[in-house]
Amino acid sequence: MSQLQPHGPGFQDPGLVARRAELVRELRRFLPPDEILEQEEEVRPYECDGLSAYRQLPLLVLLPRTTEEVQRILQLCHERDIPVVARGAGTGLSGGALPLADGVVLSLARFNRTLDIDPVNRTARVQPGVRNLAISEAAAAHGLYYAPDPSSQIACTIGGNVAENSGGVHCLKYGLTVHNVLAVQLLLMNGELVEIGSQALDAPGYDLLALLIGSEGMLGVVVEVTVRLLPVPERAQVVLAAFDDVEKAGAAVGEIIAAGIIPAGLEMMDGPAIRAAEDFVHAGYPTDAAAILLCEVDGTNQEVSEHIARVRDLLIGAGATEVRTAKDQAERLRFWQGRKAAFPAVGRISPDYYCMDGTIPRRYLPEVLRRTADLSREYGLPVANVFHAGDGNLHPLILYDANKPGELERTEELGGKILELCVEVGGTITGEHGVGIEKIRQMCVQFSPAELQQFNLVKQAFDPKGLLNPGKGVPTPRRCSEYRQLPDRGRGTG
Amino acid sequence: MSQDRTTELLGRVRAAAAARMPINIQGSGSKAFLGRDPVGEPFPVGGHSGILNYQPKELVVTARGGTTLEEIEGTLAKEGQMLAFEPPYFGPGATLGGSIACGLSGPARPYAGAARDFVLGMRVLTGKGETLRFGGEVMKNVAGYDVSRLMTGAFGTLGVLLEVSLKVMPVPAVERTLVQERSAAEAIALMNQWAGRPLPATATCHDGDRLYLRLSGAETSVRQAASVIGGETLSNQGDFWRTKLREQGHGFFQGKKPLWRIALPSATPPLDLLGKWLIEWGGAQRWLRTDLEAPAIRRAAETAGGHATLFRGGDRSGQVFHPVSPALLQLHRNLKQAFDPLGLFNPGRIYPEL
Repeated sequence: MSQLQPHGPGFQDPGLVARRAELVRELRRFLPPDEILEQEEEVRPYECDGLSAYRQLPLLVLLPRTTEEVQRILQLCHERDIPVVARGAGTGLSGGALPLADGVVLSLARFNRTLDIDPVNRTARVQPGVRNLAISEAAAAHGLYYAPDPSSQIACTIGGNVAENSGGVHCLKYGLTVHNVLAVQLLLMNGELVEIGSQALDAPGYDLLALLIGSEGMLGVVVEVTVRLLPVPERAQVVLAAFDDVEKAGAAVGEIIAAGIIPAGLEMMDGPAIRAAEDFVHAGYPTDAAAILLCEVDGTNQEVSEHIARVRDLLIGAGATEVRTAKDQAERLRFWQGRKAAFPAVGRISPDYYCMDGTIPRRYLPEVLRRTADLSREYGLPVANVFHAGDGNLHPLILYDANKPGELERTEELGGKILELCVEVGGTITGEHGVGIEKIRQMCVQFSPAELQQFNLVKQAFDPKGLLNPGKGVPTPRRCSEYRQLPDRGRGTG
Repeated sequence: MSQDRTTELLGRVRAAAAARMPINIQGSGSKAFLGRDPVGEPFPVGGHSGILNYQPKELVVTARGGTTLEEIEGTLAKEGQMLAFEPPYFGPGATLGGSIACGLSGPARPYAGAARDFVLGMRVLTGKGETLRFGGEVMKNVAGYDVSRLMTGAFGTLGVLLEVSLKVMPVPAVERTLVQERSAAEAIALMNQWAGRPLPATATCHDGDRLYLRLSGAETSVRQAASVIGGETLSNQGDFWRTKLREQGHGFFQGKKPLWRIALPSATPPLDLLGKWLIEWGGAQRWLRTDLEAPAIRRAAETAGGHATLFRGGDRSGQVFHPVSPALLQLHRNLKQAFDPLGLFNPGRIYPEL
């Protein structure tokens, strides 16, 4: 697969080789040898995250085991002005963990212990490298679980979830990471340890926890996380509805919510996504539909029965051509499997795909889908749409072939246009995947220079030397003025 | 009433900046009793008001900071929706901006979420005389740092809240409140047991003698849960949760004795501090009327993993909020510097150093 080439010096650049050797000498004073990866073949697996179009070999990869080790690594890098990129499982989709040629990758993979499950207060204290799903598995014995469930939950870590403010299919009802984390232990770039939040609610002072969650590793390094746990709902039930028109499906979502029902999950897929998913996992989706909705309600047994009956009526009233309630748990899981496998399913029908992540006010869905289709034709690149319909988070999947010269670049340009369209209708360039390196140019479309400057000042409040994950998340004013001057820029410039 | 006073407010902040004149941001003044003693030139913002956008099908409302909660909640009620964090008013004219700046939440807080959990976006006026927009009107948005939630509960020390967008929720079909005679220790244990089970609980309270549980949701599920839990049904439940508890009209809150708000891990057994107690939020928020000195109260709260705020009365020139560690305080100061470098907005309202 072709890829965007890094602009930095190569791994064997003499300047970097010297720097690496000197840093390794210092690090060996307090780190055991197996915590330092310095050979090209050792650091290769860390050259990218889930956004594999961008690759860069780091100066070094460090795999510390203790908070004290992380503290000393940060102190040393702070002293030597060496950039640090923290990394969880590397499942991020915006290049947030993309290394820097002259920076170290700080992997938190060995911080993988669940420290405490407190069933009475319903909290879990875990290290940042614990996998999202492992928390729910550890809490299951107490009838509790951790609510945010990103599609990558088998692999992604809670530390990465904190960095990205990860969501999932259940966040309309249960919220994002920011709604479900109570406290973190954070190391600042200078190695200072701070406790933010607590097991008690609404900590005094500024809400630094909210600021930190979703900050893409640019404000500090999280070394411990306390999350809240919820009781597992008594029952969950899903309804599948087919529509011959995307607009009708979008309107049906509004009808359900206006009726006072907050579904646990409310997902939409368009024709191309339905067919790809059905072909892959045989979920039983109607392949002739223009759109399907999956609406899951959960709660007490009686509540679910009551709501499912109303949802069915509302869907039929909204013009669904077919409405199916999962007969049993097996069918419910099959319905969801199709949705959860939508990305890899699209991956099967195209050599490569590129996943976008805009959020829009839902009333603009028909307009955004129509104009996306226009753009898709203009660029000659097919687009399949998967939509967290309840909360307006749209994932257009652009199908392309990276081996065709220039096609990745055109794909990125098309993606950028789609995101700018989201901003134009009052939405945002990223609902849950983060800005990272990928959407840094579109930040200049969503925010004014003064707003971006304010973000940079927030960054300086935590990391005055700008060493934590530099170049991600928030663009420099210069980069934006260059981008704004590009010809053929979409409307909606802030 | 709808009025855009952005230009006027901007001019006045710039004038204050030029004169290095600290200002005391005022909505209706309903929450002036909170925090440390206000200083600075009064800076009324209540006239900047009006609902700008309400989309019931998208669960979002945007209004100017001076819009009254009464107007917003009245508008939402017509569509069968509400502010699920049940913001306390503490006065008839309570404004959206003031309520979000104070970051207070009502009885539903541990079940439905806090004020900050429902904030989606904001337009703010900074101490540098700039109007900036953060977040938006959509449920999921991770572009840039979450400045809107940082502003929530910052008591106006980082900026004037010009517009706020909130997530709104449907009013539950049915609500029912059950009452049982219980000791404080029993009540705390029960509240936490219930919270660990999939019950439609949305508020809890222990007033010293009785345990109150509010169930909200679909009719069948409330009825089923009530039959399992048992207890007498409270007839005037709206008055109890709204007037007595949220607005602190209960006899417990009357009188001059200092009122402390103690936040604890919810299952913490009753603290051994002399005074009268009222427990809320499933045990996570406990009110204490006492003449005990602040250090003793703070030590007890901290030992139990919590924190204590002098909510009403007492010495409001000292540390009203639980002090934070020196490292955290430095971050606070850096952020204050980032948004309000001249220290114009509500100086000292949270901590003397801010």
